[in-house]
Amino acid sequence: MLKGKVALVTGGSRGIGKAIALELAKQGANVAVNYAGSEQKAQEVVDEIKQYASDAIKIQANVANEADVKAMIKTVVEQFGSLDILVNNAGITKDNLLMRMKEEEFDQVIQTNLKGVFLCTKGVSRQMMKQKSGKIINIASIVGVTGNPGQANYVAAKAGVIGLTKTTAKELATRNILVNAVAPGFIETDMTDLLTEEQRNSMLQMIPLERLGKAEDVAKVVRFLASEDGNYVTGQTIHVDGGMVM
Amino acid sequence: MADTFERVKKIVVDRLDVEESKVTMEASFKEDLEADSLDVVELVMELEDEFDTEISDEEAEKIATVGDAVNYINSTL
Ligand SMILES: NC(=O)c1ccc[n+]([C@@H]2O[C@H](COP(=O)([O-])OP(=O)(O)OC[C@H]3O[C@@H](n4cnc5c(N)ncnc54)[C@H](OP(=O)(O)O)[C@@H]3O)[C@@H](O)[C@H]2O)c1
Repeated sequence: MLKGKVALVTGGSRGIGKAIALELAKQGANVAVNYAGSEQKAQEVVDEIKQYASDAIKIQANVANEADVKAMIKTVVEQFGSLDILVNNAGITKDNLLMRMKEEEFDQVIQTNLKGVFLCTKGVSRQMMKQKSGKIINIASIVGVTGNPGQANYVAAKAGVIGLTKTTAKELATRNILVNAVAPGFIETDMTDLLTEEQRNSMLQMIPLERLGKAEDVAKVVRFLASEDGNYVTGQTIHVDGGMVM
Repeated sequence: MADTFERVKKIVVDRLDVEESKVTMEASFKEDLEADSLDVVELVMELEDEFDTEISDEEAEKIATVGDAVNYINSTL
């Protein structure tokens, strides 16, 4: 399905990003696995991918740093010869009530979750324009649509990602570069392990499908958008949330 | 100098699909050669490859005519 394609997954060392990297590799894509600090975990993802007859490399880079991002994209193109799929997945949370939120907490989340998407998108657009094709998939969140108490920084960033997705989709459409967002609901990962039992249960009551999502549930939608099956879809935000937000 | 112009002209003709005679030093990409903003970005990318140079975003924004491109490239050679 993705044979011969080259994908870059930011934050591919853990959680949803890891599931996406593995899913794209299973479909035949060669994958660059970006990480911030977890070198060992990124290596494990690379080793697992190599079992699927796809090639993989790990690349350390802070997505919020332009020099890092440029070097990362250069490495991918040098190593694999093209760059067909970018998945902007790297993200962090620093939750706090608005009235308690510190300026740094706001800035850090915006830098990683929003500016990171901008820098990586800008970075790959040159290569994709030359190729006259490309798929960019941004991992947003349903809270970017609904809002969520305690996450002013994160929600602002995710809503920003949705807007950025639409604008990039419009700017690059004539060059056959398709840009979409996937908005996960409540997915079991390190990020959501931080929640209390009580928070978990109250979340469950809001999910029509009555279960938490798995990272693979998100990865499969990303795979659809990355493949030719998604070739008439651009500028959309697809909710993968068990029906939480309709 | 003349050589730079010829090389730029060839790229402009290929990329924008315009007649050679229209590509003069004075021709404006957007007004005379019917390029949109993205076409100009792409042209600049191709010129970078052709002349093996890097044109910063700031410099690229100043390029409006074929002559601007030729002069900028000559200044870097
Ligand atoms: N889990 C959910 O329920 C949920 C719901 C909605 C949306 N999302 C979104 O889905 C994405 C993935 O979330 P997750 O739950 O899988 O998170 P996670 O398990 O905490 O993993 C985050 C990943 O991002 C990487 N990362 C963090 N900061 C980075 C930076 N500055 N530069 C490069 N990489 C960086 C991490 O690398 P290291 O391993 O090196 O730290 C890690 O690979 C995020 O955008 C998140 O907002 C998650």
